Amino acid sequence: MESFGLTILLWLPLLSLLVLLVGKYHQPGTLRTITIVTTAIQLIIAVLLFIQMVPEYFPLHTSDSFVYKDFHPWFTLPLGQLGYLSVNYFVAVDGLTISLLLLSSIVLFVGALVSHTIQFQEKGYYALYLLLCISIPGCFVAQDLFLFFLFFEFMLLPMYFLIGIWGGVNKEYAAIKFFIYTLVGSLLILVSFIILYASTYSPTEMVRLSGHSDITVQSIQQAVMDKTITTSDMVRSLSIQDVTKPTNIVPGSWLDPASTTQWLGISARMWVFIALLIGFIIKLPAIPFHTWLPDAHVEAPTAVSVVLAGILLKIGGYGLIRIVWPIFPVEAMQASTVIAIIGVVSIVYAAYVALAQDDLKKMIAYSSVSHMGFVLLGIASGTVEGISGAVYQLFSHGLISALLFILVGILYERTHDRSIAHYKGLLNKMPAFTVVVTIAFFASLGLPGMSGFIAEILVLIGAFQASQVYSTIPIGVTIVATIGLVVTAGYYLWTLQRMFFGKFSVHTSVDAHTLQDLTLMEKVVTYLLCGLVILFGVLPSVLLDTIGPWMQTWVQFLQQSIQ
Amino acid sequence: MKDFVWLIPTLPLAGFLILSLFKSFIPKGLSGYLATLAVVSSFIVVLNWFIPALRGELTPFTWVAWDWINLGKYHLNFAFQIDVLSIWFMAIITGIGSLIHLYSIAYMHDDDGITRYFSYLNLFIFSMLILVMGSNFVVLFAGWEGVGLCSYLLIGFWFKNNAYNDAAKKAFIMNRIGDLGFLLGMLLLFMHVGSLDYTTVLEQAPQVFHKNAGLITVITLLLFVGATGKSAQVPLYTWLPDAMAGPTPVSALIHAATMVTAGIYMITRTNILFDLAPITLDIVYYIGTATAILAALIGLTQNDIKKVLAYSTVSQLGFMFMALGMGAYSIAVFHVTTHAFFKALLFLGSGSVIHAMGGEQDIRYMGGLRHKLPITFITFLIGTLAIAGIPPLAGFFSKDAILAVAFEHSPIYWGIGVFAALLTTFYMFRMFFLTFFGSFRGSDKQKEHLHESPLLMTLPLAVLALLSFGGGFINIPHVFGGHQWFSHYLNQKSLVPLLGESSISVTTEYILMAIALILVMATILFTYISYVKKHNIPSADNSESTTLGYKLSYNKFYIDEIYHSIIVKPLHIASDTVFSFIEKYILDGIVKSIGLGVQKAGSGIRHIQSGSTNTYALFMILGVALVILIQIVL
Repeated sequence: MESFGLTILLWLPLLSLLVLLVGKYHQPGTLRTITIVTTAIQLIIAVLLFIQMVPEYFPLHTSDSFVYKDFHPWFTLPLGQLGYLSVNYFVAVDGLTISLLLLSSIVLFVGALVSHTIQFQEKGYYALYLLLCISIPGCFVAQDLFLFFLFFEFMLLPMYFLIGIWGGVNKEYAAIKFFIYTLVGSLLILVSFIILYASTYSPTEMVRLSGHSDITVQSIQQAVMDKTITTSDMVRSLSIQDVTKPTNIVPGSWLDPASTTQWLGISARMWVFIALLIGFIIKLPAIPFHTWLPDAHVEAPTAVSVVLAGILLKIGGYGLIRIVWPIFPVEAMQASTVIAIIGVVSIVYAAYVALAQDDLKKMIAYSSVSHMGFVLLGIASGTVEGISGAVYQLFSHGLISALLFILVGILYERTHDRSIAHYKGLLNKMPAFTVVVTIAFFASLGLPGMSGFIAEILVLIGAFQASQVYSTIPIGVTIVATIGLVVTAGYYLWTLQRMFFGKFSVHTSVDAHTLQDLTLMEKVVTYLLCGLVILFGVLPSVLLDTIGPWMQTWVQFLQQSIQ
Repeated sequence: MKDFVWLIPTLPLAGFLILSLFKSFIPKGLSGYLATLAVVSSFIVVLNWFIPALRGELTPFTWVAWDWINLGKYHLNFAFQIDVLSIWFMAIITGIGSLIHLYSIAYMHDDDGITRYFSYLNLFIFSMLILVMGSNFVVLFAGWEGVGLCSYLLIGFWFKNNAYNDAAKKAFIMNRIGDLGFLLGMLLLFMHVGSLDYTTVLEQAPQVFHKNAGLITVITLLLFVGATGKSAQVPLYTWLPDAMAGPTPVSALIHAATMVTAGIYMITRTNILFDLAPITLDIVYYIGTATAILAALIGLTQNDIKKVLAYSTVSQLGFMFMALGMGAYSIAVFHVTTHAFFKALLFLGSGSVIHAMGGEQDIRYMGGLRHKLPITFITFLIGTLAIAGIPPLAGFFSKDAILAVAFEHSPIYWGIGVFAALLTTFYMFRMFFLTFFGSFRGSDKQKEHLHESPLLMTLPLAVLALLSFGGGFINIPHVFGGHQWFSHYLNQKSLVPLLGESSISVTTEYILMAIALILVMATILFTYISYVKKHNIPSADNSESTTLGYKLSYNKFYIDEIYHSIIVKPLHIASDTVFSFIEKYILDGIVKSIGLGVQKAGSGIRHIQSGSTNTYALFMILGVALVILIQIVL
């Protein structure tokens, strides 16, 4: 019964979608109201779920570690030689999910609020947006990889159309680039899932489906060891609980750690690990798979940018933490030095590139890449501090980047010009706007008292610890990461100075009369986000206490696996 | 009682929040009083522990505000630590801060942004209080970055002037470079000690590091890098002289009560760590000396009244770091205290002068102001005498204490110290005489406008003059029959180590003092002769700046230009190169060429699908031939 809230949260947008598609709405703003109400209800439910969540220590990915469980058998597919695929509708929440569920509800709500800039084909826009409101939370709550992949693809498709139809001048180019990039990522993930499917079996599913009381998990495991059950008789499942259990690997399969199969001197497990890693890193994104992001952001309408930076990127980080590391802990630890370096290069490189931008939105897009580097560094550390920092960064950056893209949108909507060089002294004309921009910039550069600081200091502590606990990340690598912090301060302060301070003047192509200060609606949205950024900076325990135990079990799992 | 400690930072924070959130509802005339009230109330709460502390009756305690970052095995509290050291700084911050607030009410009364100004001022006091009150490194760091932000906001307060914005940006970024050093030092400490609470770290440090001198040297050096940023030491000092872009009372706040004292506070707080790293202490001493001399040399030729004061601050901070480097932590804090008095006095005094001159800051256009601004003149004289180290004013005792310690280390150290002190005396009296003596050199309009400042401005001047006069008596050395009360005060619970018995005899000490004093008096006489008797007024076009030394000093040794061409410019060039070459050309280029490649391949292969049966037949035959060939070869 306690899963009721989760079900509503997940499927309510479907109802709204039907209402929206069936009815005829001539009153302007009705569609937006429907969407706002839907996302508001989702947000309220998410907050309630968050408050009710009791943090507990259960081993990672065991049935006790999930709450608000909703489990329904879906279908079983015979696949000949490859046995049977058992797919279940299994959605549930745990310490990792709850933080991102809360974030996605906040960001989707805020995104709906700022969707008023959409002026044509509103029905299509809001229909796709409501689809995102299902598939994004769906990605986080799905505990079966089959289901996860469905939600994952249903998130990319609406995104492609949202950019391609409602985007800016170069929308087709950006949309197709986004699509091909993510398609490559999805393909890598899909292939990995298929290999995963072929290499694991699910004793619990076999017990459940057999219906015999004398068949137990132990007896099945014994039978598999004795090879009395052939692979074509095995029931396999892509439930996260099943695939992350090392004992569920079919002996002699590709993913069997004992297997000596190698291609180009690299084990099969490592290959699959790399494929999954790249698949999710493209979404994160990290250097060198990031070039889709600036284009997608620049062309996307404000609300889509907000959703893109606010949550879509987080699914990359989520996938690494939820799927890649628990399935391939040994490989992940072996590769952690390289992964940390990729993270650090992202931090510094993207900060440098951001400094060279003249397009405000592009600058913020690169700053996203830079901040996501901290997520990678935190995950690579494999320490409680590091992973907590990584998840905190996902959450914090979700809020801050949503705020930043809304602010860019506010300016663009007025003047249709995002060139930093075209503005001077905006503080004179738009004081409230400037105040919020200043707060957002300082939040993003990691000022203590705001959420970004907590995330970054945790990641740095974690990365330092990693050099001691596992001797994986050399201290020098972490030290280089801090250079990014100075460059970040550089591009934000330089932008503040160039655009907002000094005497007021704009380029001739900009109509100065359009530069009105924030409207009431814009104030509500931006102040709300500022408030949250400060709240989670001053009282991080609000989030950390709820998700902390999960982070510890994650690290325990990792440490047990590599012993 | 302890539970009221939260009021101390909260009152200025509340002032900030009220002023910034209800900016449009608060009458402009009221905002200054509200802000002042917040800081004065905070000062009164501070007295609650400060007075017992002066009596030696303060029981140190920690007050936990909330569990800040909780990570299972490690809790980081947002907690305050009240002991003789923190309460001393808190008293300076809120006490002098109150005077500066009061003064600002009159100084800023006709500025449009007065409410914004006072909200920032309150935030500044709040951040600085967090910095000194924190019971662990992370809370200190929060305040540390907070004062960086406040200085950014206040230096760039008059945002329409782009040069001021440059100064603000420079201050923040230079500080951030220092902050990173501090952050890394802090992380290394956590890695090796497993805690960031002062109590735990300082207790365990000797055990943890006694076999690892290299590590503690690195850690303390990194912490010291942080201090060079905040406390404007070589090489991160150039932001402070530029920081005078802000309104004058802000300079008083930054230079006297807040911000620049942070580095000295931090090193004094963690003196146990620094004592474990003698190499670091040596470096601290050398950096302090270099700063003291370099800044003083630059001060010699500056013509902007605030700039002279700014370089004098840098130089005086150098003195404090010299003391720290010699392990004389309590003497450094003593000099922080007396310096807070006379530097606040001098800056506020210069504000009074600038106010009277209608915004003019160039001493070449002043002169003879003593008649029109008598209170400012007297108080400024006291400040100048104090900074020059004339007995029995405050600066004499603190500077002499540093010189005495220096002589114990080496007579050369003493000589360098005296040299820096003489330079200070020279440029301070040069400025003093040019401003208040001789005849007025400004415009007629300015001359008519000249007036003494209102009571709200002169009252803080008078209070600070009193403190600058008598502030040194808190640490009268043994040679004058004193008991070094202040050093003993800080030594309660062995918080700050007491210096060992002086090894130099009383006679030597008297002789040293006499030599220093005679030299200082001679310098004053020299400046009097050249600037009052001989009217050696620097000309408007700097025609005297022909000698190399003068040029170097006047142009601040071209350090700014050097930094610009070796750091700022390469940074921008690097970022432009990375963007236009690696990002656009290589990374995106590869992506695009893959895309184009697929497209080209597609259009190439398309020709095969021609629909002509002949072509298909040809390909079929070729295919069969190929298969046969392969089979033969294998």
